[in-house]
Amino acid sequence: MALLFEQLLNGLQFGAMLFMLASGLTLIFGIMGVINLTHGSFYMVGAYCGAFALAHTNSFAAGAVAGLAGAALYGLLVEFTVIRRLYKRDHLYQVLATFGLILFTNEAVSMIFGRQPPMVEIPAFLQGTVALAPGFQYPLMRLAFIVVGALVALGLWFLINRTRVGMLVRAGADDREMVDALGIDIQKLYSVVFGLGALLCGLAGVMAAPLLAVEIGMGERVLITTFVVIVIGGVGSVRGAMAGALLVGMVDSLGRAYFPQLLGAVLSPEVADMLAAGLVSASVYVLMALVLIFRPKGLLG
Amino acid sequence: MNRMSGIAVPGRGAAGLFTQWNRRAVFGWVGLLLLALVPVASHATDTPYLINAMARFVIYGLAAVSLDLVLGYGALISFGHAMFFGLGGYVVAIITFHAVEAGPLFGWAGSTQALVVWPIALACCALLGWGVGYLALRTSGVQFIMITLAFGQMVYFILVSLQVYGGDDGLMMSQRSQLPGIDLADPVSFYYVSLAVLALWTLFCVKLVNSRYGMVLQALRQSERRAVNLGVAPMSYRLSAFVISAVGTGMAGILWANYAELVTPDMAAWTKSGELMAIVILGGVGTLLGPIAGAAVFLGLEQALSAWTEHWMFIMGPILVLVVLAGKHGLFGYWLGKRHG
Repeated sequence: MALLFEQLLNGLQFGAMLFMLASGLTLIFGIMGVINLTHGSFYMVGAYCGAFALAHTNSFAAGAVAGLAGAALYGLLVEFTVIRRLYKRDHLYQVLATFGLILFTNEAVSMIFGRQPPMVEIPAFLQGTVALAPGFQYPLMRLAFIVVGALVALGLWFLINRTRVGMLVRAGADDREMVDALGIDIQKLYSVVFGLGALLCGLAGVMAAPLLAVEIGMGERVLITTFVVIVIGGVGSVRGAMAGALLVGMVDSLGRAYFPQLLGAVLSPEVADMLAAGLVSASVYVLMALVLIFRPKGLLG
Repeated sequence: MNRMSGIAVPGRGAAGLFTQWNRRAVFGWVGLLLLALVPVASHATDTPYLINAMARFVIYGLAAVSLDLVLGYGALISFGHAMFFGLGGYVVAIITFHAVEAGPLFGWAGSTQALVVWPIALACCALLGWGVGYLALRTSGVQFIMITLAFGQMVYFILVSLQVYGGDDGLMMSQRSQLPGIDLADPVSFYYVSLAVLALWTLFCVKLVNSRYGMVLQALRQSERRAVNLGVAPMSYRLSAFVISAVGTGMAGILWANYAELVTPDMAAWTKSGELMAIVILGGVGTLLGPIAGAAVFLGLEQALSAWTEHWMFIMGPILVLVVLAGKHGLFGYWLGKRHG
């Protein structure tokens, strides 16, 4: 029972991280119509900048600021130099250009920060565990991750539903040309949305740095899962991103915990062990394929 | 003929003598002739590694032509084509592994005969292509890109989890496949076999896109609604194009397994799909011959840059971005003429 509870929380934590990445990605696609493969790179840049600042100042706050600022600034730079020229282009070209940017970013980061993956300690005030129930301990850092994810979700809800920028974002997602025709500077809106997306990536990167390995290529691994999330949820929908993130987080976490046992009950142990590792990794893709077969536009699309 | 005017108005140079299609034919046959002379040049200049470098390029060219069939003519942006590249290679390597070292596979002793093993591998690719295409073609746009990516990742993770066949490290092929009368272990023979496959497959694809079938496929690309109203059922056309493309890419995987004598899960990784896509766009989408030249440029750049600096991706990435920003014809698209429509 404790194991199940722990796995549910782990799923929630992974879901929170995926939501931070997916909400920006889905808005960028919904509003700007751009498939942005570089999104994972912003996450990596955030994690590296955070780790670098933390190592030099020993202050988690400085690390967080550096991570957020680094990711957002790099995002704006990418938007200004490349993405801006891709709005009207076919998806095919967006995929190739942003693929090229991934190669560039990975190499640039390894040239600047070195190939040695930086170690990031959990900050002192988030170390240790907390008793959620009698006899049930859960790491504070992961709990903080869930809380931050929830705050991001609330903040986005407020931003999108209760502010003028949010109104423009919603209008832009519905009909770009109409917003443009009504005299709104759509270019500025695009930059804001893109910068916000990159900022959230930086936040995810800073939060994930103490829990996961900070290394070159960390962005691509999570990028693909993020795409799975937004496609499951319905491209362009933040609520869809939320649903998709939680679903994928749970499937991944519970799959890792229980799938090998389930498979072991059916197959011989050595065959089960062999297959389980690969099938668990593939499970989120199976989930996505199933969703798309029954709802080609995603759950909330 | 004024070269500039030829570029500005494709297909109208020199009173139609050197028309777009003629130009393509010249490009194709001259290219083939040059490729056929590679072993001679390699022998004359005493640079045996040239043959191997060119064999790599011919194999990638085969995959690129196949991908262009769906990308350029079907407008189906498959981001998972490396799965067929990987599967084709793995089937050959696995059957060879069982024939030489590991004993029977499902009660069959295995084989090293290319004429037995290669068709089996191609059939597997066709079957996978049919299954993936059948499911993926229910979606379109970004969902299609992502669902093909998802299937590619599934194949990748399954290959990684096959511990019996090396898992992450991949599987060595103890010997190349055997063709009657041709020694594939000899680099020159292997090169000519690969080149012959590439030439025949390209010819087949060119004939295909200019046939009634190809015209329908392109009509669907231009306007699905119009084509449907003219009485075309899109699914069967797109699905068959996807399967044909899968078979061609699988053939490239088969040749690659024989060339490298090693298959790894990386053959099916999403970065490989991205690479193949980059090659097609570099050469010019929807030109069939362009992507072959694109493969030469891409692999050549990769080779030259990585020889120059270990940070070659730092330069390669921006080059890809520039190719995209420069226009939508790739390097050879203008010269080979715009795709119809």
